[in-house]
Amino acid sequence: MKNVWLHRYAVLWSFCTLFLVVAGGLVTSNDAGLSVPDWPLSYGKLMPPMEGNIFYEHGHRMVATTVGLLTIGMAIWLMRTERRRWLKNLGWISLAAVIAQGVLGGMTVLFMLPKPVSIGHACLAQLFFSTTVAIALFISESWQRGRQIVDDQGAPPLHWLALAASACVFLQLALGASARHQAIGILPHVLGALLATGMVLWVTVRVLMRHAGHDALRGSALALLSITFLQVFLGIAAYMSRLATADAPQPMPVMVGFTVAHVAVGALTLASSVVLAIQVFRHVRRPLAEVRYVGFTVPSR
Amino acid sequence: MKSIFVSVVAASALFVAGCGGSKAPETAKEESAAPAAAAPAIDEANAATVTGKVSFTGDKPTMRNIDMSANPKCALAHAGAAQKSEEVVVNGNGTLKNVFVWIKAGVPDRQWPVPGTPVELAQKGCMYGPHVIGVQAGQDIKIVNDDPTNHNIHPLPKINQEWNESQPPNGDPKLKKFAREEVMIAVKCNVHPWMRSYIGVVNHPFFAVTGDDGTFSIKGLPPGKYTIEAWHEKYGTQDVEITVGAKESKTQDFDSAQMKSS
Repeated sequence: MKNVWLHRYAVLWSFCTLFLVVAGGLVTSNDAGLSVPDWPLSYGKLMPPMEGNIFYEHGHRMVATTVGLLTIGMAIWLMRTERRRWLKNLGWISLAAVIAQGVLGGMTVLFMLPKPVSIGHACLAQLFFSTTVAIALFISESWQRGRQIVDDQGAPPLHWLALAASACVFLQLALGASARHQAIGILPHVLGALLATGMVLWVTVRVLMRHAGHDALRGSALALLSITFLQVFLGIAAYMSRLATADAPQPMPVMVGFTVAHVAVGALTLASSVVLAIQVFRHVRRPLAEVRYVGFTVPSR
Repeated sequence: MKSIFVSVVAASALFVAGCGGSKAPETAKEESAAPAAAAPAIDEANAATVTGKVSFTGDKPTMRNIDMSANPKCALAHAGAAQKSEEVVVNGNGTLKNVFVWIKAGVPDRQWPVPGTPVELAQKGCMYGPHVIGVQAGQDIKIVNDDPTNHNIHPLPKINQEWNESQPPNGDPKLKKFAREEVMIAVKCNVHPWMRSYIGVVNHPFFAVTGDDGTFSIKGLPPGKYTIEAWHEKYGTQDVEITVGAKESKTQDFDSAQMKSS
């Protein structure tokens, strides 16, 4: 019974984290990052007047505070009830990550948006969200049901493909964050989209062609595939809307909407690629030749 | 989207609810002022004057309305008619407003007296005014907030030190200065992202900004050969070589069509 509530709590935690990503995207897209010049207080207060872009910046801080408290709760809950030591550790790692994320967020304000810090803040947000989703998966009922082992003898190994897809998606998110914070141009992000989409297509088609009967693998692959297609569309829309509103005197809602959706679905893309990789490592038996080179597995219990 | 956001923000407030502190935001560190002024540097008896106008050529662009609905206090200030962007302001006589004209090169290298009077940069109706100002390095800029809402003043220099400070409604004026020559420094208000101003900081007093008639006048120039530049935020810059003799008054016009973006 306690696992049911823990899982529900984890799902809530993940949703709040995704909302935090949205809130962060709204800050950047509305150019609100420095609308509150001080940190950790806002205009010297806990609650400044929520006017203009202060609404987005301080709202982001408030949602972040909420996620921070939820993360503390998750780490403690896991520590008290969970038997898997690695999962307990993952809870503490997530807490360390959210603290680091808060410090990075503060640094962006105090040092006026240094690009490496802003990009790091964006990338860690994506990793943190994926961590919350992974933890929610590890304590889900489907995970408790155990493994449904299948074989995959193809080359390259499915495990490597799944890992490579996650790595490419993360690289693409980092390129997107770099372009968004004007550290690089848009071209690397466009090329990264080709690479990441290609890798996602490769691994998901492979899974769907060979393991369509496996519920967990099929569901994960379909989710990743559909989210990636949506993400490509949103990327194009975000770029086109940015071009169309380039001469506007302020950030326009169409640009803000598409861009923030692109950021949020980017987080979902990474999380779904991580979930697929976890499911592949959990359910697909590696070829013996590969076992010698892959030195880790996802524990089942 | 916004209503959902408001709901979650309201829920989040429960975690951080409490009395607000009274600690004021940290203020940015003042840059060291420019070197103190030496002896009077302008020889009024032999000084030359350069005057002119900046013409606009081409199709007059239509400036877009600014949507201030994000802050009702700002919107209320423009209840009668929407405020338009000031990126390009073409005067009725076909000239261009808000062009910064300055002597870019050729000015004798000496300590030009820094005016003791500050240049005012106001925030009124959630707009910076004037849109473009010029100051000497080390000269005070008096920043005032005439609006019933919070602003933050955030210059984006590349040579001088960046700073970002808030200014509450009816707050005390801020006196700020830039130590080094820099043309131009964009100034933003991140609370109201449509607010933008530009400050030209030069080492000498030979600069001007075109107004409602598109003209400028630079007085007190020592005789000599100079590069004079006109800068506009959208159209870029136009540099012209000019030579002036003692007590000479010279006319030098500029044209937006001759300006080049850097």
